[in-house]
Amino acid sequence: MSTITIAAPASKEKVKAPPLRPQNRQYAILALLVLIAIPLPLILPAAQGAVAVRILIFLLMAVGWNIMSGFGGMFSFGHAAYFGLGAYTSAYLLVKQNVSPWIGMLAGMAVAAAVAVLIGYFSFRYKLQGAYFALATFAFAEMLRLIVTSSAFANKSVGFSVPLIQGSSLWKIQFPADSPAYFWVALVLAGAAVAVSIGFLHSRAGRYVTAIRDDELAASSLGAPVMRHKLMTVALSAAITAVAGAFYTQYYLFVNPDLGFGSAISIQAIVPVVIGGIGTIWGPVVGAIIVGSLTDVTATLLRTPPGFLGFLQGRSGLDVVLYAVLLILIVRLLPKGIVGTLVTRWRR
Amino acid sequence: MSELSPGATLAPEFSPPDDTKAKQRKAFLGRAGVVAVVLVVAIVVALLQSGSGLVVWQSVVTGILTGGLYGLIAMGLTLIFGVLDIVNFAHGALLAVAMFISFGMVAGTGMHPYLTLIVAVPALFLIGAAVHRGLLSGSAGKTLENQLLITLGLSLLLENLLLMFFGAEPRSIALPGDFQFSLLGAIVAGSRLYAFLGAILLGAVLFWLLRRTRLGTAIRAVAAHGPGAELVGINVKRIHTVTFAIGTACAGAAAALAGPLVTVTPTLGEQFNITAFVVVVLGGMGNVVGALVGGLLIGLVEQLTTIYLGGQSSLLGVFVVFVLVLFLRPQGLFGRRA
Repeated sequence: MSTITIAAPASKEKVKAPPLRPQNRQYAILALLVLIAIPLPLILPAAQGAVAVRILIFLLMAVGWNIMSGFGGMFSFGHAAYFGLGAYTSAYLLVKQNVSPWIGMLAGMAVAAAVAVLIGYFSFRYKLQGAYFALATFAFAEMLRLIVTSSAFANKSVGFSVPLIQGSSLWKIQFPADSPAYFWVALVLAGAAVAVSIGFLHSRAGRYVTAIRDDELAASSLGAPVMRHKLMTVALSAAITAVAGAFYTQYYLFVNPDLGFGSAISIQAIVPVVIGGIGTIWGPVVGAIIVGSLTDVTATLLRTPPGFLGFLQGRSGLDVVLYAVLLILIVRLLPKGIVGTLVTRWRR
Repeated sequence: MSELSPGATLAPEFSPPDDTKAKQRKAFLGRAGVVAVVLVVAIVVALLQSGSGLVVWQSVVTGILTGGLYGLIAMGLTLIFGVLDIVNFAHGALLAVAMFISFGMVAGTGMHPYLTLIVAVPALFLIGAAVHRGLLSGSAGKTLENQLLITLGLSLLLENLLLMFFGAEPRSIALPGDFQFSLLGAIVAGSRLYAFLGAILLGAVLFWLLRRTRLGTAIRAVAAHGPGAELVGINVKRIHTVTFAIGTACAGAAAALAGPLVTVTPTLGEQFNITAFVVVVLGGMGNVVGALVGGLLIGLVEQLTTIYLGGQSSLLGVFVVFVLVLFLRPQGLFGRRA
């Protein structure tokens, strides 16, 4: 009998599991979100399915930008550079060398990371900060756009079209237009990117980088290797953004200098994060869903406008107007973004 | 920062006051000399590349005249940048708005394009004041990113509103009685010359405003040290609003003067915005005369790049110069170390 009385409290203690560590909790939420998302393309109508894929592309770009500018505090205004390098590397390898886009994607990540480290090295070496850093990143993206536009190697302003194949092939990332497979591939990529960003934030390097962001002088005087960790962050961010570029080309079957390196791409990487919450894990996710759905809402609005908006029929620009308004409102009213504001309220 | 020993950034920059001025003058002349040498080399290389003196001469003349226009657009931006520390990404979009105001008046009433200055400048002044009061003044003292994002949002908003209401088709503003003349063999359009002269005139007016008026003194005081200016009774917030409004009014003037030279589209601001930022950084932020000189230099760089690389990449040279200046002299060619 006595053994039972001793065992009982012991088992009680076992039942009360210790609280999950924050990263495990975040991984669990991610797994749940991915599980919920898996059947989506089977349920949604085809048009909404395309929106869902677009959201995932936004998500990849947003997660990439957030690592450098949110966690790292290095405000990049030139993420189109890495998106374009990813898109162009994989497109070039596929079109000219017939290499699988999966390998092209890896090559694109490597190229983007290398270029990012190069740009980052010089920017940090010459201590560019704030607006000057943003302007420099912007200049590098524009330089790449101009170089690509004028080099025969990259088909000048024509760009690359992905050669169509018969049937579908996972190895070539090509499926029939309405196939849910595109969504699942994008979901795996986006899920992996979010998982990487969770892992990074809680890793030793991530701790260093957020410390450097908050007070570089203090961090470096305590012995944090500033340059190395900044460059690591920049490389990781560029690599994830390159994945978005490579997948974009594969999904839309086409890329040209403006679609790859245009400043609109850099803006598309920034806006979802700002709306969701800069420097948070879930900000890019929430922001991408909002911005992605918004573009769909405005597209429908333009196709079949209600009476009082009749003059808008067939006009372009409304989608950007709406997300510009959203951007301004969020920055003015919720400077920490939706997720950032919620988290602050929660902790209070 | 890692390369710096911590003490280096904390120690105040101190130099004996006696020979500071002479030293600065010497350093300035040195830099101006370097710029001149680089320009001469660039022009000689362009001569060798094209093999025709006339082509290079034409480029130099066009470059200088276009550069005046860039200086004109950049003057407003540099004021805003220097006094308010705001990277105003909406400057180009505001320029586009002013262009459409100018275009609308010319098309609607048949008035002379330069007369639209009377409307475009005050309109842009009011828009600027409203934008600053409504959108930006609340974020004073907040992070730079915050202001950058607001102006970015504003620029997207303005451009796409123009796109929605006017469509993307390009329009042009004709200058009645435009003429061409030959300057030692180079062909110069009258409209280009007027824009150049307008830029110099506006630069002079701004310089006078900043140096010789009470308002200008207040603006410079606020730019130098906001809290100090507040202490001696300057209404800093109002000065900020007025400065932002003057900056956008410059965009209005630039639009009316440049109207006959460009194709008017909702997105035309983008390319000018980029060039204007390069000019601002080159000339030193807040430096109106620097903006004018920087504009001339960038106009030349653009034209010479066209000779080196062909038409499509004229901006490439501009960006190379931009990045070099950002890395080596972020305070600008003519600015002093902050």
